[in-house]
Amino acid sequence: MKKLLIAGAVALTAVAFAQDGKSLTGAGASFPFPLYQEMFAQYNKTTGVQVNYQSVGSGAGRTQIIAQTVDFGASDAFMNDELLKTAPGAIVHVPMAVGAVVPVYNVPGAPDKMKFTGDVLAQIYLGKITKWNDAKIAKLNAGVKLPDLAIQAVYRSDGSGTTAIFVDYLSKVSSDWAGTVSKGPQSTVKWPVGVGGPQNAGVAGLVKQTSGAIGYVETVYAKANKLEYGLVRNTTGKYIDGGNLKEVALASDSKSLPNDTRVSFTNSDIGYPISGFTWILVYKEQKYGKRTAEQAKTLVDLLKWMLADGQKINEQLSYGQIDGSALTKAKKIVSSITYGGKAL
Amino acid sequence: MKATIPQKRQGSGSRADARFQNIIVALASIVLMTALAYSVVLLLNGASAFGREGLGFVFGSNWDPANGHFQAFPFVAGTFFTAIGALVIAVPLALAASLFIAEYAPDWLANPVAYLIELLAAIPSVVYGLWGIFVLIPATLPFQKWIASSLGWASPIGPGLFSAMLLLAVMIIPFIAAISRDVIKLVPNDQREAAFALGATKWEVIRYAVLPYARAGILGGVILGLGRAIGETLAVTMVIGNANRFPDNLFSPTATMSSIIASNFGEASSPEFVSSLIGIGFVLFVVSLVVNFLARIVIAKLTPQGTV
Repeated sequence: MKKLLIAGAVALTAVAFAQDGKSLTGAGASFPFPLYQEMFAQYNKTTGVQVNYQSVGSGAGRTQIIAQTVDFGASDAFMNDELLKTAPGAIVHVPMAVGAVVPVYNVPGAPDKMKFTGDVLAQIYLGKITKWNDAKIAKLNAGVKLPDLAIQAVYRSDGSGTTAIFVDYLSKVSSDWAGTVSKGPQSTVKWPVGVGGPQNAGVAGLVKQTSGAIGYVETVYAKANKLEYGLVRNTTGKYIDGGNLKEVALASDSKSLPNDTRVSFTNSDIGYPISGFTWILVYKEQKYGKRTAEQAKTLVDLLKWMLADGQKINEQLSYGQIDGSALTKAKKIVSSITYGGKAL
Repeated sequence: MKATIPQKRQGSGSRADARFQNIIVALASIVLMTALAYSVVLLLNGASAFGREGLGFVFGSNWDPANGHFQAFPFVAGTFFTAIGALVIAVPLALAASLFIAEYAPDWLANPVAYLIELLAAIPSVVYGLWGIFVLIPATLPFQKWIASSLGWASPIGPGLFSAMLLLAVMIIPFIAAISRDVIKLVPNDQREAAFALGATKWEVIRYAVLPYARAGILGGVILGLGRAIGETLAVTMVIGNANRFPDNLFSPTATMSSIIASNFGEASSPEFVSSLIGIGFVLFVVSLVVNFLARIVIAKLTPQGTV
């Protein structure tokens, strides 16, 4: 009984502590979860602020910020105008990292970093290129002895931001793909061929196990699973390594980046072509519901820190940094957040 | 003391009885209301999916979320195929195991084997799924390839309909075997002795005296296994290959109703997508209901007269 009382007292204190503005809750995308986890742990060490993040998926992150049940949402796909209108207030997007999607493969005898173009990737996933020794692949990889082996395409079975970036890229580089499968960033599509594995880990596992398989995963999973991954040609004709985080960060630094950063920059004119932002979503006007000025200040301080010191963690964990014009624009967005009309 | 207690109990007993009855009626109706509320919510939220596609929602095959087409027949079929396939594989094996334990094995062997079979039922489905990916699929892939090449089918990749059936079979064997063993043990020894007395062999005793007596109970175990096979989500998602299409052959990747919900609910963005997934949940609910209902009828018909 005594133990129970103590436990109850501890729980009550925790609740009281949570309400004093020194704790924040967020929910959303699973792709940046490892990064956010590390950022929030370090932020807690330096400031004492407790940030709770639920990795429930981008869709749920968007829903929860619209429903105002969290301090911030997180999403790998930006909210379109239609969706933004359903929210009770203006929501801003703050980019926190750039993720790259790399083609991984398991081809006996083939070297690491084979070369791919968007068109070849699209034709593989359309089921039009079916063998590894197809002339179109061989042409890009002169000197590589490719086996007469059937290609097994592997995709994400669950709806995901990774798929959205990948199919968005395919639809930009292949009119065939755009015409028959999908246009724009879609978290799941009707794949013409192949098998689906759950999560990045499922795709990596299937590729590792299946001779002749090709898949697509976030860079960090290709590295963690020691999978061979390919270089992808960008619009300048150069073959870019998605494992090179400088190239990944560079992709976002395009001249055409809009001020609200809501853009898909796959097939960008610079950097690695299959990459995209992951965003944190917050209300521009923080005075809603029962929110206090202190709570709003805590949130904005966190966002500022994530864009400054926090960015140092990105590369350690294989995420591209927010840099260049993207960083300038992101900082501007954070400083535009207000409480009762006043800047924080 | 001893004399007064029964009196006291009798005195408060009738009131306590009524109170107890009220409590259990209330508790039982909570279960009923939950099931009712559950189906109503599923129907209301999924209604727009049925409204848009009509019967095509259940009988059409074009599931293409990126272009706004939501027809769930491949998943309804996937659920049926995997569940029935799993039963076809599991029932003979489970029945054989339970007969061995109940009728043939000496005690020192029967008890550990029975214990191990029951242990299989307690393994979490994610572990089954991982085992499926890393052990079952690689082990059976040569066999799958051999069958496919002799029938002129496309070469199997591994994850697909057949792998899901096989994994589900392994998962439901313990349920069917454990229940079958219990009901076979419950068959009165008089039955066996009478058959032996008539000169029956061991096989004839099992065939004519034990199995007919136990068949209703065995069928109950089969139904329980079927229920699990229909509803199993995680393990199936991990080995079925998750393609939004009707399978080309026994080894092709496809999906089930529960796997498509689990894979897509978190990231479903449009209201049409969400309502379609909830609609599939409703179809799954109805399918389970019908299966259970049919099972009850069959059990009632098969129960021998004069037994429980």
